[in-house]
Amino acid sequence: MEQTLEFTIDGLPVTAAPGETIMAAADAAGIYIPRLCAMKGLSPFGACRLCTVLVDGRSQSACTQPAAAGMVVENDTEQLQGFRKNLIDMLFVEGNHFCMACEKSGNCELQALAYRFGILAPKYQYQFPQREIDASHPDVLLDRNRCILCARCVRASQELDGKEIAGFVGRGGEKHLAASSGCGFVGTDVAADDAALAACPVGALLRKRVGFSTPIGQRKYDHQPIGCEKELRPEKSSTTSDVQKGVAS
Amino acid sequence: MSKARMATVSLAGCFGCHMSLLDIDERILQLVELVEFDRSPINDFKSFTGRCAVGLIEGGCCNEENVHVLRSFREHCDVLVSIGDCAIMGGLPAYRNFVPLKECMEEAYLNGPTVYNPSGELPKDREVPLLLNKVYPCHEVVKIDYYLPGCPPPADTLWAALTALLTDQPVELPYELIKYD
Repeated sequence: MEQTLEFTIDGLPVTAAPGETIMAAADAAGIYIPRLCAMKGLSPFGACRLCTVLVDGRSQSACTQPAAAGMVVENDTEQLQGFRKNLIDMLFVEGNHFCMACEKSGNCELQALAYRFGILAPKYQYQFPQREIDASHPDVLLDRNRCILCARCVRASQELDGKEIAGFVGRGGEKHLAASSGCGFVGTDVAADDAALAACPVGALLRKRVGFSTPIGQRKYDHQPIGCEKELRPEKSSTTSDVQKGVAS
Repeated sequence: MSKARMATVSLAGCFGCHMSLLDIDERILQLVELVEFDRSPINDFKSFTGRCAVGLIEGGCCNEENVHVLRSFREHCDVLVSIGDCAIMGGLPAYRNFVPLKECMEEAYLNGPTVYNPSGELPKDREVPLLLNKVYPCHEVVKIDYYLPGCPPPADTLWAALTALLTDQPVELPYELIKYD
């Protein structure tokens, strides 16, 4: 008989197999915990902190924290959703996210999360950082302006493609993604159909010459919020309210 | 009760957001029941005639004139709304934020492949507003009360927000009316 652990998320009973993360158990139970760097099929990374939940009152990233019997997890609270909103705001202002000109728009997980959270404008000051692009490869483009350092491409390349096309260089605000060759992606064995490209949640690592192929209105997040496919009972579609008033003041 | 007054302007924008406002189609007849247009490209009034309930700002601030106009809107309007991605984050004009202003000017007036400028002078007529060092979102210049993102914001978004604001209802936008593209 398979041993299962029982715990609660927002008061709802949830079961998990030993070693299973809070996020995996939540997904199986039809509870959506927002995430960017976590992706099914990849090892947990714990970089974006969007999935931060309170476990017995302490902050933990749900994608890395194994479930334990009897733990009390808080996920959908005003405070946590506020923190998540702030994190999304910060991701928008720390990079250069020109959604109107991005081929990932409509299929972008960062944008979709902002939509889900009803963000009308980030409340922080735009940084407009200088970021280099790597267009050296004939079929693959890296636009670091949109990169959120989630490492999904790095992990997908290692764990799914059996390659090592890229890694991180620099620290703090200087940290950026770089191809594992001295001359950009053209010097790596990356291929356009690599899982690494499909893993990018934003428009940073792209296959060239296929952008804008899906008409507006038919893209992944045009009509349904991100995460609603995971939710047993999707929330009433999110609306902004006058709480949004003066977000940037 | 007299009708509320509304002003609109396009700063460093392309007038696409104003076109989207016109895209409310026949609802514009209902809109003129609710508001009287004050300063706006819609009626071509160049200056304010009085206090306005709502001011719609399209475009960010790329030059000193944009800043003057935006401040004047803040002064004259009870509620100021940034409409469109340019007003909210600079938009396409903000692509110049990654190039020093001097280089931008030299590319445009000296070094560009189609430039003919034998005197080698950069524009310096006092009638031409000075450019800012970069393009600024409106809320980094004055206080903005509401934001309607999109490039342009869908006509339905503008309609939903305007009718709510003009009838003292909370602005509640359903999921499909919030778009950044």
